Amino acid sequence: MKEQALTRILQEKKQAGQQIFVPYMMAGDGGIGALHGRIEFLAAAGADAVEIGIPFSDPSADGEVIQQAGERALSAGTTLRKVLDCLAERSHDIPLIVMTYLNPIIAMGIPHFLGECRRAGVLGLIVPDLPHEERSLLTVEMTGSGIALIPLVSLMSSPERVAMIAEEAEGFIYAVTVNGITGERNSFGSGLGDHLAKLKEASEIPVLAGFGISNPAQVEKFQKLADGVIVGSAVVEAFRTGDLDIIRELAGAGRRRLPQYETFS
Amino acid sequence: MIQAAEGKGRYGRFGGQYVPETLMGALTELEEAHERAMKDGTFREELDGYLKDFVGRENPLYFAERLTAVAGGAKIYLKREDLNHTGAHKINNALGQALLAKRMGKRKIVAETGAGQHGVATATACALLGLECVVFMGKEDIRRQELNVFRMQLLGARVEEVDKGAGTLKDAVNEAMRYWVANVGDTHYILGSALGPHPFPKIVRDFQQVIGQETKRQIIEKEGRLPDAVVACIGGGSNAIGMFHPFVDDSGVALFGVEAAGSGLASGQHASAMAEAKEGVLHGAYMYVLQDDDGMIQEAHSISAGLDYPAAGPEHCHLHETGRVTYTAATDAEALEGLKLLSRTEGIIPALESAHAVHFACRLAAELTPEEIVVVCLSGRGDKDMHTVRNVSGGGIV
Repeated sequence: MKEQALTRILQEKKQAGQQIFVPYMMAGDGGIGALHGRIEFLAAAGADAVEIGIPFSDPSADGEVIQQAGERALSAGTTLRKVLDCLAERSHDIPLIVMTYLNPIIAMGIPHFLGECRRAGVLGLIVPDLPHEERSLLTVEMTGSGIALIPLVSLMSSPERVAMIAEEAEGFIYAVTVNGITGERNSFGSGLGDHLAKLKEASEIPVLAGFGISNPAQVEKFQKLADGVIVGSAVVEAFRTGDLDIIRELAGAGRRRLPQYETFS
Repeated sequence: MIQAAEGKGRYGRFGGQYVPETLMGALTELEEAHERAMKDGTFREELDGYLKDFVGRENPLYFAERLTAVAGGAKIYLKREDLNHTGAHKINNALGQALLAKRMGKRKIVAETGAGQHGVATATACALLGLECVVFMGKEDIRRQELNVFRMQLLGARVEEVDKGAGTLKDAVNEAMRYWVANVGDTHYILGSALGPHPFPKIVRDFQQVIGQETKRQIIEKEGRLPDAVVACIGGGSNAIGMFHPFVDDSGVALFGVEAAGSGLASGQHASAMAEAKEGVLHGAYMYVLQDDDGMIQEAHSISAGLDYPAAGPEHCHLHETGRVTYTAATDAEALEGLKLLSRTEGIIPALESAHAVHFACRLAAELTPEEIVVVCLSGRGDKDMHTVRNVSGGGIV
């Protein structure tokens, strides 16, 4: 079950007590030619893995910032095929995770898509409109591929669903921190700490918090509550404006190690 | 071709629940509440009471004698959904779902609308039952259906303009779904067509099948037998599935679904997902979806805002694949012709959506004998379309 490289790499970081930081970028925003440079920048800034978003015409889980980045990428002619082709041209030391809605995968053909992911060195896959009950659509083709299918858990997921999802989770558990779409938030629900604690209890593999986390203070806050964080809109916006120090600060906060305590387990 | 028949809510290979995890709990809750309600005599009684005294059901099955004479063949009957309160079949489902929401303890409602008919129906049901209502509507549709926006506001609903994409139905559904994800704890989403993740296509069918059930009873009263053909227009497909469903097992009844061919199927400017038969996932269901080779959803094009949707509901896709229903399409020009013809021969101005079905039914009737019977689902009335029809007619009567 846990044969995936991504699961192993992130699990080692978790066990070493290291906080995990995963930035999201929109492929093709700024042109497909910017893809490798941005991955390298994020790696150098201290990311543990990079989530590469594929633009889609109807991104129903995304807020304004990522919607607009997707529109810019689509206008520049970006497609799932082109992104995977481009990724295959150069390898990176940092694990790459592709985030795409389901329909572009279906249009490409599932076996072909998975083959191209392998060729591109993609280690993980996030599909926001593929819930646990429907995952066999991909998993029947994924066995032995080495690619991790990363599940999302929401604040609305019942304890039964959390247990069911955690049992078969690969890579990490993407803990959605708000009910809603991606993008900056000023505040989070009060029960979030308990929710993340329960998730961590239910899951062997790392639990990363994402959605709405957009500044270094929030990154630090969520690192205390989870095994790491995912930052999307703030990174996308920083690439757009060119203010790259923002990303370095987020990653800096993201790389802070927790104090090491002796444990008795 | 994809086989994914394991999950819930499948129609052959189509349907499913392709939604964010945040919605999965709400869909299960809705499915259970709906099943309980449909088995509960009190719920049925309450709904039937409103359908009779508030909506005005049952509505007539009307023999269109002069239209029949002009078409020159089979007898044409019209199922008069246009006579419902709010002017279309949409109220059947909006009312059913609003009652369901109330039973679930959800006092807030979100809905999308294209032509505005579902938005008006939902706003009406919410006013009736004292529920809070927000309706998402595309910018282009707001322009085309300005008066329906005013109508919804008058009924106490908040109308949110959607300026993304082409500003039509697909974009309104995206925004309504985003809103639902953010407010799922206390809000029910009243989806207006036979679309979306399970259990929506089934719920919409259950609340719309009153159309076909009444039609069956009425045609037997009038003709002593079932019709030879039944015709309905299809955007997402709610009036069609409501009309067809009670006839699906009657093999002697031919069923025809009429999509919008816009400027013509060859032009690429149309809303006929069946014609292109490209499979994909949109708004939570596996269906035929208008899309490019990279899986980007394409804009649909139709003169009627209500058919302007780039997919056909999952059960229709299945009925297409099994061959039980024949799907065809009528162009904008043909729909206008149908609208004018019905207006002049029968004194009934149909909605542009329904006019697609009228046009095809006349063509079909012409090929049949006077002993044969064609029933058309006249899903709505044309008041809302007068602005559009006047504009394309150059401001005058053609």
